[in-house]
Amino acid sequence: MTDKQHITIKGVKDGLVFILDDRCEFSALLDELHYKLEKTHQQLLTGPLMHVNVKLGSRETTDDEKEQIKSVLRQQGNLLVQSIQSDSELQSLMGSNQQELKVMSGIIRSGQVVTHEGSLLLLGDLHPGGSIVCTGDIYVMGTLAGMAHAGSEGRMDVIIAASLLKPTQLRIADVISRPPEEWLTGDAAMEYAFLQEGVMQVDKTTQLFRMRREPLVYKGV
Amino acid sequence: MGDAIVVTSGKGGVGKTTTSANVGTALALLGKKVCMVDTDIGLRNLDVVMGLENRIVYDLVDVAEGRCRLQQALVKDKRFEELYMLPAAQTKDKHDVSPEQVRDIVLELKKEFDFVIIDCPAGIEQGFRNAVAGADRAIVVTTPENAAVRDADRVIGLLEQSQITAKLVINRIRPAMLKTGDMLEIDEVCQVLAIDLLGIVPDDEKVIKSANAGEPTVMDPSSRAAIAYRNIARRILGDMVPLMPLDEKSAGMFKRFRKFLGIG
Repeated sequence: MTDKQHITIKGVKDGLVFILDDRCEFSALLDELHYKLEKTHQQLLTGPLMHVNVKLGSRETTDDEKEQIKSVLRQQGNLLVQSIQSDSELQSLMGSNQQELKVMSGIIRSGQVVTHEGSLLLLGDLHPGGSIVCTGDIYVMGTLAGMAHAGSEGRMDVIIAASLLKPTQLRIADVISRPPEEWLTGDAAMEYAFLQEGVMQVDKTTQLFRMRREPLVYKGV
Repeated sequence: MGDAIVVTSGKGGVGKTTTSANVGTALALLGKKVCMVDTDIGLRNLDVVMGLENRIVYDLVDVAEGRCRLQQALVKDKRFEELYMLPAAQTKDKHDVSPEQVRDIVLELKKEFDFVIIDCPAGIEQGFRNAVAGADRAIVVTTPENAAVRDADRVIGLLEQSQITAKLVINRIRPAMLKTGDMLEIDEVCQVLAIDLLGIVPDDEKVIKSANAGEPTVMDPSSRAAIAYRNIARRILGDMVPLMPLDEKSAGMFKRFRKFLGIG
């Protein structure tokens, strides 16, 4: 093998994971798969029954191409293909979750906890002792005085924004922070909290576009 | 059918029992038929504040467990014909009655009385659930301190879950401290808790004095707290009564003169 390898095989607890490169030709991938199964890894890959998960990275594949990969693996006899997954599929699965914005109005009082998968927009106040836990962003149109935990399942790119940000504690992913004196600007401006290199920062919401860089399409005369 | 009002706060020592006793007495003073229920089983105080301790024969737990009829357990007030009290047991604890039992007793009382004032114990456990079970509305008592406001917030949340509307009484206000900005402002407390204000009660030494004497403060019209409680009772009846001014009465001519001379 003189070329750069396109296939990585990893052993995990419940079988093998084949990680296929997503930048090369599909045919090159198939050739290498044949080569690995029959030549280089022959001793390793024969033996007892093995579950196999195939990861395609960000490659877009047709059902036909997936079937080709499956048939190559099946030739080996002891490899049982469990799944063939590409990131784009995973992302679209997660994406539907991320997009889900729940709007709720009311006061979250001390002792009350609101949890939500996705982002949450609260029209009202979050009182001290109350908490919001979300997998996505948290927006509060009102005073955020309690505890807010955004990205509770690990997302680091989420934000916590409020009309009046004076929290007892803020959490983004695994980073926990309490407001030091310099956070409390006392300005009437809306603020948001975000992570920068793993450290919680607070800035005016008017600066948010610098972080998000979402394409804006201005329509006008 | 009468109205059952629970007096609660979450935090202890903010004046639940004092408020219960005084609002109950003030309503009786206005000619209503009132029964006060003490649900603080094991730590009963309402009877002491009302000066009725030595008249207790049966209590709430006896009624709940069927050892006596409800009528037998009611203690009639020594001042008013139509003011009664249902005392709590002192030897049991909060787990000896269930919310259903209290609700049944309160329902029974509502048939006979215009107002049933339920004095709630501190905390949010079984005792609180018992007290809230039969209530139609609530008075949340707080003092202008952060800790008390925090607990009031928690309790309001719990009351909202039981679909009981709560109104706020801010107790023990010290006008002098308000002026210097050392105490939470009334507006600030109302804004944080976001419920209707039922009344404000200034701090008054006479409250302690009369509670020790077993005489509710409302009976003494010279006390500022008494006037505040009477106002609260009138607001409960639906009257529009403006909040009392908190400034001390301006001193009389003579006092001012003495002050001027430096001997006042």
